[in-house]
Amino acid sequence: MKKLIVLGAVTLLLTSCGNNNSAENKDNAAPGAEKTASADNPSYDPKRGEGKFTSVEVGANLDTARAGSGNKIYMVKCSSCHKLTDEKLVGPGWKGVTGRHTAEWIMNFATNPDKMLDKDPKAQAMLELCLVRMPNQNLSDDDARNIYEFMRKNDGVK
Amino acid sequence: MKSTKTTLAATIALMLLIAANSCKPKNAGNAVSGDAASKAYVAPGKYDEFYNFVSGGFSGQMSVYGIPSGRLLRVIPVFSVDPEKGYGYSEETKPMLNTSHGMVPWDDLHHEDLSQTNGEIDGRWIFANANNTPRVARVDLTTFHTAEILELPNSAGNHSSPFITENTEYVVAGTRFSVPPDNANGDVPINSYRKNFKGTISFIKVDKSTGAMDIAFQLRCPGVDFDLSHAGKGKSHGWFFFSCYNTEQANTLLEVNASQRDKDFIMAVNWKKAEEYLKAGKGEKQTVRYAHNVYNEKTHSATSEIKTEVIVLDTKALKEICYFIPCPKSPHGCDVDPTGEYIVGSGKLAALIPVFSFDKLQKAIADKDFIGDYEGIPVVKYESALYGEVKKPGLGPLHTEFDGKGNAITTFFVSSEIVKWNIKDLKILDRQPTYYSPGHLCIPGGDTKKPNGKYVIVYNKITKDRYLPTGPELAQSAQLFDITGDKMQLILDFPTIGEPHYAQAVSADVIKNNSLKFYKIEDNSHPFVTKGEADARVVRKDKRVDVYLTAIRSHFVPDNIEGIKMGDEVYWHVTNLEQDWDVPHGFAVKGAINGELLVMPGETQTLKWTPEKTGIFPFYCTDFCSALHQEMQGYVRVSPAGSSLPLTFSTGKNLPPADSTGQFK
Repeated sequence: MKKLIVLGAVTLLLTSCGNNNSAENKDNAAPGAEKTASADNPSYDPKRGEGKFTSVEVGANLDTARAGSGNKIYMVKCSSCHKLTDEKLVGPGWKGVTGRHTAEWIMNFATNPDKMLDKDPKAQAMLELCLVRMPNQNLSDDDARNIYEFMRKNDGVK
Repeated sequence: MKSTKTTLAATIALMLLIAANSCKPKNAGNAVSGDAASKAYVAPGKYDEFYNFVSGGFSGQMSVYGIPSGRLLRVIPVFSVDPEKGYGYSEETKPMLNTSHGMVPWDDLHHEDLSQTNGEIDGRWIFANANNTPRVARVDLTTFHTAEILELPNSAGNHSSPFITENTEYVVAGTRFSVPPDNANGDVPINSYRKNFKGTISFIKVDKSTGAMDIAFQLRCPGVDFDLSHAGKGKSHGWFFFSCYNTEQANTLLEVNASQRDKDFIMAVNWKKAEEYLKAGKGEKQTVRYAHNVYNEKTHSATSEIKTEVIVLDTKALKEICYFIPCPKSPHGCDVDPTGEYIVGSGKLAALIPVFSFDKLQKAIADKDFIGDYEGIPVVKYESALYGEVKKPGLGPLHTEFDGKGNAITTFFVSSEIVKWNIKDLKILDRQPTYYSPGHLCIPGGDTKKPNGKYVIVYNKITKDRYLPTGPELAQSAQLFDITGDKMQLILDFPTIGEPHYAQAVSADVIKNNSLKFYKIEDNSHPFVTKGEADARVVRKDKRVDVYLTAIRSHFVPDNIEGIKMGDEVYWHVTNLEQDWDVPHGFAVKGAINGELLVMPGETQTLKWTPEKTGIFPFYCTDFCSALHQEMQGYVRVSPAGSSLPLTFSTGKNLPPADSTGQFK
């Protein structure tokens, strides 16, 4: 596991291409950033990812109001890189995404992409394919939840 | 005997040699001591302790350095165009450089003052002056953008500017070159200076919450050269002090003719008294023309308005606003100590530094202890306002800053040195050579009530042998001294842009946490914003074509455009859809005769392009944005004027329909 993390970190360094690794790393406290990369890891839950969402309540049926708001946010902040089909544009297409990841993982990745790209194996695997780090589009918690509902709609939830 | 003679001759020769050498500044080798490097060293990835905002002089810009490293962090375009940032080239920023003379693409930025609250730097704005076409700018320290530029009527050579009062109530601007007022017939003989030329001091009101500037009033003063200024503080709050030279009122060969009098003046201005006259309606409304330019961070656009009226107070008729204090030999720097009691004048041709006392000045005014008047303004008796003189400080004193520990540090242009002296006993404590001929100097907060006496940065006019030669023109330089000990210690040289004049420095903590990281796309109210790729489009209205273009890592929408015709005016409105720090996108199109755009995350900027010939023109992102940055490009096709080719645009397909991402239905 540790080796994988080191490998992941090296890959990131190689693929970041002069781009910012993360805003956090730029703070005075560079040593602190290194610490979180390793010390937190034993408890890292790859199903949940890392971020503020630990348990997301998802209804059996679609929340159409949330899905509608999610659609609007998608048009401004996501559609540049993600298609609604399974076709890759800059990032992967969204078709089937709610089956591939948990709600918590998706919402954590959407709101905390830099930290997740630094440690999450699935996120890192996607970076190797896409070669563009997913930008932090500064979504609110509610934005993230609405987008998740829109993804559910896209995946056929009624 | 012969050998004795030879020895004597050799000794004399040696003594002469030593004497000659001692007049030259010492070389760097013996001025830098061992631990200098570690004191100026900031490890990679670490932040500097101070921001240093340095005037760019004839570059017209303001540069931002980290102290103590001397690393250049940013150049903020203020009074000169900057094609790199699109400043003065984008449609949004062009109005910033508008004046009553039309668009002025250059100026000469000399001085800066950071906004203050209660006499301490509050980190909100920094003001700057334009010397040539008189203007004052306000730079916002959350965006590091020039937020506002105000032109000054009745003014020329805006030099004694933009100094501020202790709560940023006012920013002042004084004419160095007296001229006939704007509403008078200026077509007069130049040698009618005494009759027709006037000096004008502008008091610019600053809105407490927004920083918005407006000329509150102007003081019409005798025609002399107003040089530098500083506000009173603490007990002297309510007063402003301006040095002036050319009290001879010469209009030619000032080098000789303005250096005749033994003493020129420091003008003390009671601006609270001026406010009373203004309130009482004693001002004259004068018809003039001046531009007021404001940048709006919501619309990402500047507007320029020509204003036509200013209120002028005549200081000859309205008594008790102005007083002259005699000051030896063409005073330059005019600096007020942290307590507000001591006013230091620096006669640039004098061999002493006079220090005036605010309390004594007040008493002299109350007692009418005048030696006469100059052009209707009372002249206070020198000795009655004088606290004391610093004797034999050096040659050519120019500027003084304060260390907050009761000491002052003054630059000496002719003798190439800085001298530290005690304000109370006027004794000299230390002197150190600089390389060479210093002008201004800066201690963090050094002109406020609370200086941080850790460093002094000295801005030199001549560098000669200090850096690798670069042809006839050499970098001008700054020199950093540690002033925490008894002896000032030189620890770093660093080159500067343009020519540095005055500068300001402040603890990084006051500014860094307020720095904006990106513009929220939701708040973008630019009239041509594109909020999402689905809105990207190209709209023709007669010969005007508006391209609503989006940029995100790493593509433009649209990136194929056909149907542009010769004679069209194409406006590229580029919206950066990124919402993360440090991800600008650039935009450039082949053959554009202006600059590029550099569009910050969430921002919209516009480049006007008038195709000069038919053909295919590529456009691309100029700011390396991702691993696929090189792929961030597009094409626009230009056809003859009479072409019947319809207007089409797309990304991901080379023909319409344009939609590449699909809206969920």
